Amino acid sequence: MEFKSFVFYFLSAIMLFAALRVITARNPVHAALYLVLAFFSASGVWMLLQAEFLAIGLVLIYVGAVMVLFLFVVMMLDINIDRLREGFWSYLPLGAMVSLLMIAEMALVLGGNYLGLLESDVPQTGAEASNVKSVARLMYTDYVYPVELASIILLVGIVAAVALTMRERRKTKAVDPATQVVVKARDRMRVLQMPAEKQD
Amino acid sequence: MVEALQQALQGLFGPVFPLVWTLLKIVLIIAPLLLGVAYLTFWERKIIGWMQVRIGPNRVGPWGLLQPIADGVKLLLKEVVIPSGANKGIFLIAPMFAFAPALAAWAVVPFNDTLVLADVNASLLYIMAITSIGVYGIILSGWASNSKYAFLGGMRSAAQMISYEIPMGLALVVVLMVSNSLNLGDIVEAQRKGMFADNGLGFLSWNWLPLLPMFVVYLISIVAETNRAPFDMAEGESEIVGFHVEYSGMAFAVFFLAEYANMILVSALASIMFLGGWLSPVGFLPDSLLWLFLKIAAVLFFFLWIRATFPRYRYDQIMRLGWKVFIPVCLVWLTVVGCWMMSPWNIWK
Repeated sequence: MEFKSFVFYFLSAIMLFAALRVITARNPVHAALYLVLAFFSASGVWMLLQAEFLAIGLVLIYVGAVMVLFLFVVMMLDINIDRLREGFWSYLPLGAMVSLLMIAEMALVLGGNYLGLLESDVPQTGAEASNVKSVARLMYTDYVYPVELASIILLVGIVAAVALTMRERRKTKAVDPATQVVVKARDRMRVLQMPAEKQD
Repeated sequence: MVEALQQALQGLFGPVFPLVWTLLKIVLIIAPLLLGVAYLTFWERKIIGWMQVRIGPNRVGPWGLLQPIADGVKLLLKEVVIPSGANKGIFLIAPMFAFAPALAAWAVVPFNDTLVLADVNASLLYIMAITSIGVYGIILSGWASNSKYAFLGGMRSAAQMISYEIPMGLALVVVLMVSNSLNLGDIVEAQRKGMFADNGLGFLSWNWLPLLPMFVVYLISIVAETNRAPFDMAEGESEIVGFHVEYSGMAFAVFFLAEYANMILVSALASIMFLGGWLSPVGFLPDSLLWLFLKIAAVLFFFLWIRATFPRYRYDQIMRLGWKVFIPVCLVWLTVVGCWMMSPWNIWK
C-alpha cells in the first residue's frame, strides 16, 4: 500500500469513529469534541486531495470559530441526559426519513460521478499551482455575483440577529469612553484660593 | 558539513531517512524555542524588575541565570492535583491543546530565504488556522475543572481570544493584499523593493510604514490574543480568577509554556509581516538570520515593556476596543489599501 492511501485510510478511520461517537456519546461536550476531531480528520483528507484552501478553511472557520461557539452553548446548557433520551421512538421515523434523504443525495452526487453519468469537472492541477489563488480568481470573476449575494445575505443575517437580541438598555452607570477621554481637569476639579487663617 | 551529515544519516537509516531528517529539523526548531521560552520568563522578570527599580532574580547561578531551570524543576516536582468531579481526560488534555498549536505553527515560519521546514503556498492561512485551535485549551480547561470560577474565567478568556482574532486576521489580509502572496517567505521578499529600499533605507520600505494603522492594530491585538498584560484577564490574581485556577504543578506550567511560546510565535509573525523578516534595515549591511532574531527580541521587549507600564484593562473595555475600534479601523484601512492599489500611486507593483 502506498503511503498516501495509508494516510487516507488512517484519517478516514478516525473520522468515521469520531462521527459515530458524535451521535453516541452521552456527554454533549464530548460529542462536540468528537465533532471537532471529525472536522480535523476531514480537513486532512481534503489536504490529500490537494484542496488546501478548503482544508485550511475548514479548520479556520469550523474548528477555530464555529465549534468554539458551539461548545460555549453546550457547556452552559443544563442538560438532563435522561430527559434527552425520552421519546427516542417517536422521533425515529422523522430522523430515519431525513437520513434516507441524505443518503439518497450523497448517492446521487457520488454515484453519478462513479458511474460516469456526470462529466467530471474537477480540474487536475499540479502541486505547484496555488489552490487559493485559483479559487479566489474564480470567486471574484466568474462567480462574483453569487459571492456578493451570499455575503449580503450573511450581512443581513448578522444585522437581523443583532436587532432581535438587542434589548432596551436599562439605566446603566457605564461611562461613554468617548466623553471620558476628552475630559479636562477643570471639568472635574475646582481649585480654590483660600487665605490662611491665623490662629491666635 | 550539512551534506556530509545528510549522507551519513542516509547510509544509516536508508528508506526512513526523510522521516529522520525531518524529525531532526523539528528538534532543531523546538529545542531552541523551548530554551527561548525559559529565558523569556527570566528576561521578563529582570526587565520588569529594572523598570520598577528592583534587581529581579539574582540568586540562582551567576546573575540569576539558572532561575528558569530552578523554576522548571520546582514545577516538575509539584503534584498535579485533579479536582474531584473533574473530567480527568479533558482536564489533562487541555494544557496540551493550548501548547501544541504554538509549536505546530513553527512548521511554516521561514528563518531566511532557504531555511524553512515546510515551504507551503498557503502558510499564512495555515498559521491562522493552527493558532485558532489554541482557544480550545482555555475553554476546555475551564469546563473540565468542574469549578464555576474556572469555567467563567475560561469563557471570558476564550471570548477575548476569539474577538481579537478578527482584527488580527483583517490586518493580515491587508498584508497579503499588498504582498500578493500567502507564503511567508514571499511576504518578506515583497518588502525588499520600494523607493526607500533603492536608496539604501530598507527599513522604510517594510510594511510597517505604509500599513502603519494595521501594524498598530496587530501589535495591540497580539497582546490581547496571548492574554498578556494589560489584557491579562486570565490571571488577574487580585480581582478575578482565570481558567487555570484548579491547575497545579506541571499542568499549570504547560499553560505558561504555551503563553510564552505563543508570544514568541506572534512576535516572529509581526517581524515577518511588518518588519521585513530577515531583511537588513540599511543597504550596507547584509541580510541575515540575526536580523530576524533581533526583530523578534524587539517585539518581545515591547510585550514586557507594556506589561510593566500599563494598568489592567476592564473586561468590557477590552471587548469594546476589539469590536468597536479595531474592527472598524481594519475595515476602513482594508478599503483604503484596496483603492490605493488600484490607483496610479500604487507603491506595491
